Amino acid sequence: MKVGVLNILIMAKIQLNGRKLELSSKHSITTLLKKYKIDGKKIAVELNGTIVNRNKYKLIYIKNKDKIEIVHFIGGG
Amino acid sequence: MKKDIFKVGGLVLKSRLIVGTGKYKNFKETAEAVKASGASMVTVAVRRINILDKKKPLLTDFINPKIIKYLPNTAGCFNANESLRTLRLAREMGGWKMVKLEVLGDKKTLYPDMIETLKATKILVKEGFKVLVYCSDDPLLAKKLEHLGAAAIMPLASPIGSGQGIQNKINLSLIIKNAKVPVIVDAGIGTASDSTIAMELGCDGVLVNSAIAKAKKPVLMAESFKNAVISGRQSFLSGRMSKLFYADASSPLKGLI
Repeated sequence: MKVGVLNILIMAKIQLNGRKLELSSKHSITTLLKKYKIDGKKIAVELNGTIVNRNKYKLIYIKNKDKIEIVHFIGGG
Repeated sequence: MKKDIFKVGGLVLKSRLIVGTGKYKNFKETAEAVKASGASMVTVAVRRINILDKKKPLLTDFINPKIIKYLPNTAGCFNANESLRTLRLAREMGGWKMVKLEVLGDKKTLYPDMIETLKATKILVKEGFKVLVYCSDDPLLAKKLEHLGAAAIMPLASPIGSGQGIQNKINLSLIIKNAKVPVIVDAGIGTASDSTIAMELGCDGVLVNSAIAKAKKPVLMAESFKNAVISGRQSFLSGRMSKLFYADASSPLKGLI
């Protein structure tokens, strides 16, 4: 009997900068930034209300219901 | 003569004019105006990145934070917690410890909520921030901010973006007289001469955004502000003449034909 390989891609429903998205949970913060072509040196990331140290972008993976904020500097007075 | 140095929170700034980077047509114009103003520090805001627009230009591409010091602000924050969140993110972004705190209390006047401002100042100082604080022109509250460890006091001249100029010289003078930290007039400056007056009152610096960005020729206005602030400072250091009630002829009467 042939056994089929079940390749289930787990999706995570997240909120990124207020926008609802569905992403593969294989994304780390680093790959997420890459996907949106964001230079990690010019931004700051907040995950569920806590600031993420930039050294940990590679180590943190997106989970279901995560709320992520990516901010940068704009003109202001 | 002793060199006139402008030092805020341990940092020496070349110019006593600090400029805001909001309200310009585009980043190119912002960068040109900043250059013309001679400012070595600019205020910036912290906002969400637009994730859908991948090609959107960044402020940092036009104004190099390694050359021009960024002073992150908390514009748009209406309580202490929102402003703390914003400034902690700013610090994470590039290690910015010198920040401009502004906690607003009213959407129409953008008047500062001083109770929340005092609360946030206390926490930020404890966390090691150098806090430049936008505040009302109340001399007692300004002193309280200083006691809490504010690096500079930034009283408003008139409401943010109103261009109404200096409305309460007496309060500003009282704040300046009492302060042991720099006093930087922030908000309400409408034209170059307003900044000269602020400097003549004895302010240590001036923060200007709208008056430059909303001028018909922002880059020229930026240069005008540069000169106006230098002029006001020199005038302050020179010590003005006393005012007389009657005339006093400038030409000698001796030898009159």
